[in-house]
Amino acid sequence: MIRLGLAMAGALAAVSAPALAQDQFAECRASTVGEAAIGGPFELIDETGNTVTDADMITRPTLVYFGYTFCPDACPLDSARNALAMDFLEEDHGHEIDALFITIDPARDTVDVVRDYADVFHPRMIGLTGSEEQIAAAAQQYRVFYRAQRGGDEFYLVDHTTFTYLMLPGIGFAEFFRTSATPDEVAELTACYVDNL
Amino acid sequence: MKTDLFAAAGFAALPFMAFADEFAVGDLVISDPISYETPVTAQTGVGYLSITNTGDVDETLIDVRADFPRVMLHETITDGDITRMQHVMGGLVIPAGATVSLEPGSFHIMFMGLGGDPFEVNEDIPATLVFETAGELDIVFKVEARVPATTGQTGTDMSDIDHDDMHEEDGE
Repeated sequence: MIRLGLAMAGALAAVSAPALAQDQFAECRASTVGEAAIGGPFELIDETGNTVTDADMITRPTLVYFGYTFCPDACPLDSARNALAMDFLEEDHGHEIDALFITIDPARDTVDVVRDYADVFHPRMIGLTGSEEQIAAAAQQYRVFYRAQRGGDEFYLVDHTTFTYLMLPGIGFAEFFRTSATPDEVAELTACYVDNL
Repeated sequence: MKTDLFAAAGFAALPFMAFADEFAVGDLVISDPISYETPVTAQTGVGYLSITNTGDVDETLIDVRADFPRVMLHETITDGDITRMQHVMGGLVIPAGATVSLEPGSFHIMFMGLGGDPFEVNEDIPATLVFETAGELDIVFKVEARVPATTGQTGTDMSDIDHDDMHEEDGE
């Protein structure tokens, strides 16, 4: 446990150091997270059942969202917004980016379920699941909160944060978007970061 | 009773214009019951609509029934940074002269336990609204594409979406 904590702290420092030294994205910054590092190493299970890491999954600018497929209202709203932002980025700015949908409900969201879910929204949105421990570790890296409303049956709901994070390969966290951000706003801000890469 | 026969006929003649689906009982008019397509393995679907109370007395939507293991009226609530859904207890009041909208990010009907039969674009999802005073009303939710854009995943032919329109789609 101590070793894991040290490894995580080291990784977070590595992620945040370049951004602190010289902010190449100063003109883009909409959110201020200060010293708080968001994102970091994770180990999850991809749509084919293979174990993957953040380095495998974030090879281009990527929108990262944590949600659950049983959620019919908020999560699809965010996922549809992210998918439209991806299209707008491609059409208006010529940038191809990727998206990850990471479940915070691995008990119900199996490999097949998250894959089918992500496929509805965008061909380049990948659904990731994992063990309870893997999901908890990934959520902690992104400072994602989630708590199941255990009601005793399979129809339980999960409270959770609904931010979308823009992650850049080799750099890490760039920006986060609330549900209220429009597809155009996500696309425009993301384009700014990608243009300054 | 369904009141959109003429609108339905018009839709066939003018495919680029969208007419509202309307249903009515007593002093209530229910507009645009829609749902969204779901993944094949989905266990939940959603229902949205607007209810206008043209009468002088408040009305309450006390139940929604449909052919699923569980159907509930929910509200999405954001407290600070946490989003959660909760069951609307005691029904949804439709004040006299007012319109209450069930829309993304707010009130919605949740269909649970789809069990391998996903909602598909253009599918009809029949349901019954139960009002305290006006009684029961059978309606039909039309299933729409989740992302009406150019991803090629949605089965629609809307290839030229105006970005400005999409701002309206996003939750406030």
